[in-house]
Amino acid sequence: MDLLSRKATCNSHGQDSSYFLGWEEYEKNPHDVVKNPHGIIQMGLAENQLCFDLLESWLIQNPDAASFKRDGQSVFRELALFQDYHGLSSFKKALADFMSENRQTRVSFDSNNLVLTAGATSANETLMFCLANPGDAFLLPTPYYPGFDRDLKWRTGVEIVPIQCTSSNGFHITKLALEEAYEQAKKLNLNVKGVLITNPSNPLGTTTTQTELNILFEFISKNKNIHLVSDEIYSGTAFSSSEFISVMEILKTNQLENTDVFKRVHIVYSLSKDLGLPGFRVGAIYSNDKDVISAATKMSSFGLVSSQTQYLLSSLLSDKKFTKNYLRENQRRLKNRQRMLVTGLEAIGIGCLKSNAGLFCWVDMRHLLSSKTFEAEMDLWKKIVYEVKLNISPGSSCHCEEPGWFRVCFANMSEETLKLALKRLKKFVDNGTLSRSCQVGESQSLKSSRKKTTTTVSNWVFRLSFHDRDAEER
Amino acid sequence: MKQLSTKVTSNAHGQDSSYFLGWEEYEKNPYDEIKNPNGIIQMGLAENQLCFDLIETWLAKNPDAAGLKKDGQSIFKELALFQDYHGLPEFKKALAEFMEEIRENRVTFDPRKIVLAAGSTSANETLMFCLAEPGDAFLLPTPYYPGFDRDLKWRTGAEIVPIHCSSSNGFQITESALQQAYQQAQKLDLNVKGILVTNPSNPLGTMLTRRELNLLVDFITSKNIHLISDEIYSGTVFGFEQFVSVMDVLKEKKLEDSEVSKRVHVVYSLSKDLGLPGFRVGAIYSNDEMVVSAATKMSSFGLVSSQTQYLLSALLSDKKFTGTYLNENKKRLKIRQRQLVSGLEAAGVTCLKSNAGLFCWVDMRHLLDTNTFEAELELWKKIVYEVKLNISPGSSCHCTEPGWFRVCFANMSEETLDLAMKRLKEYVESTDSNRLISKSSHERIKSLRKRTVSNWVFRVSWTDRVPDER
Repeated sequence: MDLLSRKATCNSHGQDSSYFLGWEEYEKNPHDVVKNPHGIIQMGLAENQLCFDLLESWLIQNPDAASFKRDGQSVFRELALFQDYHGLSSFKKALADFMSENRQTRVSFDSNNLVLTAGATSANETLMFCLANPGDAFLLPTPYYPGFDRDLKWRTGVEIVPIQCTSSNGFHITKLALEEAYEQAKKLNLNVKGVLITNPSNPLGTTTTQTELNILFEFISKNKNIHLVSDEIYSGTAFSSSEFISVMEILKTNQLENTDVFKRVHIVYSLSKDLGLPGFRVGAIYSNDKDVISAATKMSSFGLVSSQTQYLLSSLLSDKKFTKNYLRENQRRLKNRQRMLVTGLEAIGIGCLKSNAGLFCWVDMRHLLSSKTFEAEMDLWKKIVYEVKLNISPGSSCHCEEPGWFRVCFANMSEETLKLALKRLKKFVDNGTLSRSCQVGESQSLKSSRKKTTTTVSNWVFRLSFHDRDAEER
Repeated sequence: MKQLSTKVTSNAHGQDSSYFLGWEEYEKNPYDEIKNPNGIIQMGLAENQLCFDLIETWLAKNPDAAGLKKDGQSIFKELALFQDYHGLPEFKKALAEFMEEIRENRVTFDPRKIVLAAGSTSANETLMFCLAEPGDAFLLPTPYYPGFDRDLKWRTGAEIVPIHCSSSNGFQITESALQQAYQQAQKLDLNVKGILVTNPSNPLGTMLTRRELNLLVDFITSKNIHLISDEIYSGTVFGFEQFVSVMDVLKEKKLEDSEVSKRVHVVYSLSKDLGLPGFRVGAIYSNDEMVVSAATKMSSFGLVSSQTQYLLSALLSDKKFTGTYLNENKKRLKIRQRQLVSGLEAAGVTCLKSNAGLFCWVDMRHLLDTNTFEAELELWKKIVYEVKLNISPGSSCHCTEPGWFRVCFANMSEETLDLAMKRLKEYVESTDSNRLISKSSHERIKSLRKRTVSNWVFRVSWTDRVPDER
């Protein structure tokens, strides 16, 4: 008899993937401006470190929030004992308002429909437990966050079937790709329980377009038992609020409140990206289905948010002056920082998918591959980690079906470090060490539908067309 | 096709049990000394509210800990970003040492074998995911904490098979009960993966004896199964006897580096000893590297807030504080338990003799109309609605004998406890006269105690329990 469960002994936690291996390399030799200037620069971690100063000044001005006081009176006992899985109502209310603010109050959120969880990791898993049985499947557009393989599948027994998206149209979800994924699931004898998207997308850094949302809603309207989960964890990182369209808005605009679709659309949120607080473990599920709310609430027992943290953040988020300024400043800084990365990469002849959100860019290094294969992508990645000393995430770890794309984070380091990273990459490219494009055969280049500019052997300036993406309604 | 999962639509979360319904009644009409003096007194919540003053004093003297500072410097950013599922090393070290202190440093805990979880609720579920497949079973001695039905079974698909314990020997685990449970599991075609005990016991308030622990270790050795010891109440031991952990027994039997030791796991939490259930701090301790490794990854689904890890690492690293706290906690719990026991005695009600926990296991069998669970529920409803005390009926804890109730004593003030005892006494005295007329003598024989007709003083023999080696 096996002593441990299969879950404990198998690999479906997904942590042997390169996504995590890159982290390990970084841990062994981490860059530090003073102590280890030649170490590996971490560009594989989607953290938002740009606005801590705003949070810290707020904390200084509002010392009660962290010290268990309300109006100078201690609320320590109250908080120490508070383990109600309905959550601190002042916190849920503040969070609901914050989510609404993130959407420029175009929609409002009822705090009674919110379930708090220990991070979006817990929220996503809990939603799977609520919506799917072992062996059921969820469709996910590729490329997607590598952690989903663990979060959605590991302990739940749920399967992921990819909706293949390609660079031919800027990785947008198409009706065809969606239907193909659905058919594929049927072929594999899997019961499709829903579609899960991340909007704005990780790793693409783009907001889901109106067209894509229409396709998704049409799909779930047609298929009455399919749910739509929208992980909107990056909603506050959209550089311009008007460009981010939440699924909640679609429900409102299309007047779906009294239809059955209304109860099949769920949102996941977290403060880990927008506020840069992954350590505090604050996530949430938002649903219009009372049964889902009820079950998810009970399940949240397995990952409640510390009352100490709920209290601190309820104070923070209740301060509307703070939140308004924060959201605006956060967007501004992220936009500038992204610009820095994009122009820096352009100068090296490297293009990215045009993005308008997120803490990273989806970088096109296909021209640097020795062959149009994932093996070549791995080789390139290893060079970048070990020789250029940048930890970036290879597209294969995100289940991208085209080799050569990498996710590169920009918000988890100082400006100087980002400049250094770009400098290192430029040097590497200029030295021609990545001079493999000469070997790229004509037949391989035909596979890409993009127009390629001619290259000179000595000068690696590539200008990739950004106009591949379909003109969008934004 | 069903829209939601079977986990959602079934009742396996166990929350329709009376355990939770009593809470609901309380919520509708909660006692408050000033605002609602006739409301229901909550005696169904195993919280430790006796030592908050000690923690609050410490917080006032050490403002950096809550203020996210170290030596006056802000470490907010560091903590905000810290989501490593290996946990804050300072915190795990302090926690390991605290666990050692509770066991009077007789055993050591290696911080690297600790996996943090969001409360022991999360720890227990995670251990099930690591040790059992859906359909596998764990044996649990009854009565047990009602929450286990949800925590161990709901999302994991694991089964619980009870090890029946009875008042005939003070609810101790016997070899025969253990064998019977194992065989019952086999009859049900269930693969037994292990045994889970709570030590000190909830709801009994008693510690497992050395004899029981040895029995358990021998049993898991012969059957090649796991033993989980939920020691969440280890710091609430207030009797003269010292707390014997399963880790003590492994050491005494010289099994620390043996293969068996890898199948013994301890669950801990700060919710009961420190009275901090809101902070969600739990832990798994295991000698099996693979369990530690898998549980660590699974802890992603329920990490402890870094803000809280930092605060508590500062608190628990202060050995002066922890030493004082553990002593004072014991003292106060002991006094409060005494108060409950004597209050009950004055109402002619006795309890299982206990030396730990935040509750007593109270014998109200003599107040039942019949020796049935229906009668127990009737009595419980009376106590909730008429006496206005929310206590937990034994059936919600899967007790095989009707008439036992868990009554908490550490979650209210002395005055409130006095009031509760007063109400109970009044109720018992008023129903006595009614009862004398209606109860027939053959039912009374079911109780071992002697009764006088006019005076309801019951003295339950405490020597029912087998003498222990302690």
